Amino acid sequence: MQKKVLIIGAGVIGCAIARGLSRYQIDLTVLERGHDVCEGASKANSGIVHAGFDAKPGTMKARLNVEGSQQYEAFCRELGVPYSQPGALVLAFSDDEMKTVQELYQQGIENGVKELSVLNAEEVLALEPNVNKEIKGALLAKTSGLVSPYELTYALADHAAVNGAHFIFNQEVRSIEKIDNGFTVKTQDNQYETDIVINCSGVSSAILHNQLSDDKREIIYRRGQYWLLDHDVNKLFTMTMFQCPTKMGKGVLVSPTVHGNILLGPTAEDIPDSQDTNTTAEGLANVLNTAKKTWPGINTRTGITSFSGIRAHEKNGDFIIGQVEGVSGAYETVGIESPGLTSAPAISALLVGIIEKNEQLTPKDDFKPAVPLPKPFNEMNDDERRQAIAENPLNGKLICRCEVVTEAEIRAAIRRPVGATSIDGVKRRTRAGMGRCQGGFCSPRVAEIISEELGIPMTEVTKSGNSSKLLVGKLEDSFAEV
Amino acid sequence: MAAYGIDVDILIVGAGPAGLAAAVAAKEAGIDNLVILEREDHPGGILRQCIHNGFGLHRYNEELTGPEYAQRDIDRAEALGIDIRCGTTVLSVEADHTVTAVSTSRGLETYKAKAIILAMGCRERPRGALGIPGSRCAGIYTAGTAQKFVNLEGFMPGKKIVILGSGDIGLIMARRMTLQGAKVLACVELMPYSSGLKRNIVQCLDDYGIPLYLSHTVIDIEGGERLTGVTVAKVDEHRMPIPGSEIHFDCDTLLLSVGLIPENELSNQAGLEISPFTSGPVVNDVFESSVPGIFACGNVLHVHDLVDYVSQESTEAGKAAAEYIHRESFDGKNVQVMDGNGVRGTVPQKILLNEEKKVNLMFRPSGVFEKAQAVVMQGDTVLVKKRAQIFTPGEMVVIPLDTTKLSGEEPIRVSIEKV
Repeated sequence: MQKKVLIIGAGVIGCAIARGLSRYQIDLTVLERGHDVCEGASKANSGIVHAGFDAKPGTMKARLNVEGSQQYEAFCRELGVPYSQPGALVLAFSDDEMKTVQELYQQGIENGVKELSVLNAEEVLALEPNVNKEIKGALLAKTSGLVSPYELTYALADHAAVNGAHFIFNQEVRSIEKIDNGFTVKTQDNQYETDIVINCSGVSSAILHNQLSDDKREIIYRRGQYWLLDHDVNKLFTMTMFQCPTKMGKGVLVSPTVHGNILLGPTAEDIPDSQDTNTTAEGLANVLNTAKKTWPGINTRTGITSFSGIRAHEKNGDFIIGQVEGVSGAYETVGIESPGLTSAPAISALLVGIIEKNEQLTPKDDFKPAVPLPKPFNEMNDDERRQAIAENPLNGKLICRCEVVTEAEIRAAIRRPVGATSIDGVKRRTRAGMGRCQGGFCSPRVAEIISEELGIPMTEVTKSGNSSKLLVGKLEDSFAEV
Repeated sequence: MAAYGIDVDILIVGAGPAGLAAAVAAKEAGIDNLVILEREDHPGGILRQCIHNGFGLHRYNEELTGPEYAQRDIDRAEALGIDIRCGTTVLSVEADHTVTAVSTSRGLETYKAKAIILAMGCRERPRGALGIPGSRCAGIYTAGTAQKFVNLEGFMPGKKIVILGSGDIGLIMARRMTLQGAKVLACVELMPYSSGLKRNIVQCLDDYGIPLYLSHTVIDIEGGERLTGVTVAKVDEHRMPIPGSEIHFDCDTLLLSVGLIPENELSNQAGLEISPFTSGPVVNDVFESSVPGIFACGNVLHVHDLVDYVSQESTEAGKAAAEYIHRESFDGKNVQVMDGNGVRGTVPQKILLNEEKKVNLMFRPSGVFEKAQAVVMQGDTVLVKKRAQIFTPGEMVVIPLDTTKLSGEEPIRVSIEKV
């Protein structure tokens, strides 16, 4: 009998660990509260692969950030996930902030970050001419990178699933109970027995930790709101621009995304509800006003959406990764906030290593390597496009014209090992609906394709699972209740 | 089968009312080798989903539905044997007149055209551009997307509806949803006036007792998975919400009718100069853009209020493209057209001084002006005046200008002044 392993949470950490553990002869299940992979903080963050100068030397954050950052390029290449390394600047607008920049430089060196340097104002403006002219200088971190956090998480989930991991969605874990030789995990309407449990539940990670341990933890829900601007055709910025960090975090950044949009944010607000991802007028105004310091010429006419995510900030400020102390068979990743995305490869390698050793796992003989995601139609040249349409004529049918996504790509996204089941799932896997019209044109057609592929009526198609249905009924039934 | 370098005289992007009228005019002017590329599987453009009537009053002196209006153009094009290639998406237009397009049936094709007419129409401004805070739940649609669901797909997007913005599509959908058994609770407009046609306010809101809240906006969107309510507040003269004026609506749907934007991704790619006022290409009076031989007409050029004007303008553009092929350029001296007081985005932006002609100057008023007149001046000379009881941003103003009145190359200025 293979050991049963249950991972709670299908964010980037849960999926990276699932993928790491799928190399072993185990019976692996991932439970997720949302309707899809990557429904929490993993989908709503800056998408920055941090160089590693922010974290205090000697912390888990510092160590795993630097390790993760060094592994990222290969990690993404193997999965076919877009990654780039344009570098980052931490901008100083006063002599005091220049001191902070010097401190960050020293801290970065101590953390083992390579290719750091301190620039004067002229050097900054030569690199980024659209930065506020009142700049005094900056820290340049050439190893800072960009990734699409959800594309990475989906690819990790697919690779785990191809190697036998089961994903179960819409299951919110309410309790973990230690029983003889294992655990009972209860959700709102099911229960699961398992030999090994791994808590990767993000904002809920302290609550689940506290059910197993007397050493209590506390997660502070720290919301970050963002503005996303349209594709930056003028290449206003090439690098990620941070302002000097504060006690609440790295501050508001102005950054290109890996897909060429411009991202502004995040705020840092401690809130009582771990699920309150609403944006607020104050929060969005705050992002704009703060970002203006970096980029005085900011133009929100090109704004295409705003969103927010919730950081799981552990009160003591560091990652907690390993076996739950004194509870054999229980493992956890608690307090994974920034630089959690960057650290994901290193976190999963660390925890999988611990579990392998403690639980004496045996590797599989038939582990399948990752199949990199195909090149998006949008990035192909004419010859590649000709070839793609010859192979599948549905590549000649454009569904999303803002982001140039074909019908073949949308159908493929639904058929992936952990496939899209909703409009948002298709959007994040293919970018259909991510563009400037925000799905105005393509969402009815995407809904039809989902309906066809999943064999469900149009009235059951959702934006993001559960009760988020797009339509309330057929036209001919609209007077039925009157 | 892959095709390379298909040579055509005129290539038209879009088979909506603009593209169809331009094609018919060009064909009638003697251009046989012309093709329309259309993204959708049927010609007709957005009119296909506009099943209400009111189209064609100016052009045909009768009231047609959108599909009926479109069908007349489609019939005309088909009778002339015009090649409309549906299901074909244009991926790029280059300044050297190379056009790349894809379709399921013909794969990737490259066209080389002597002249190109851009007729891609416009798109709706989405929620994101407004930065409305709150939940990102299901149940928020642009009015046009909702219209597509209802009129083309046969589905109801919601039952209790609030509409933000009083653009024409939003007003039309207020009536459409009401007739289909939904309850439209309110139409909320940020400005102190509607951006829609007066007749639509009367026929789509007033006739059904739907309240119009002017100088109001949506300040919060509530709902976990599906929308459950919105909060609306009055705004001050700086369009900022006034605390204490909040009104809450329980609803399952928010429709947005907050503006249309010319769809100019291809125009940008081709390097056309774009007007910051119309968001469409800068054109001369024959609708030629800043790139010789590339023309633009219809809503891709500037957002119209009536399709009749789109057809009229596009007919001119089609004729001009045909003439361009015969004479190979429209070079020469021209007069700049400037926006004056109360005027935003006059089209055309330039008038060629090549011959005597009548040019229609078209613009949207930047506000509401009662008992006023639109005036076209060159220096201190008044060229033409047009009086009206009221000018509103919802209705396009058209002023015919006789070019014999122009003297020299000094710019002309269009403005609205009190009488």
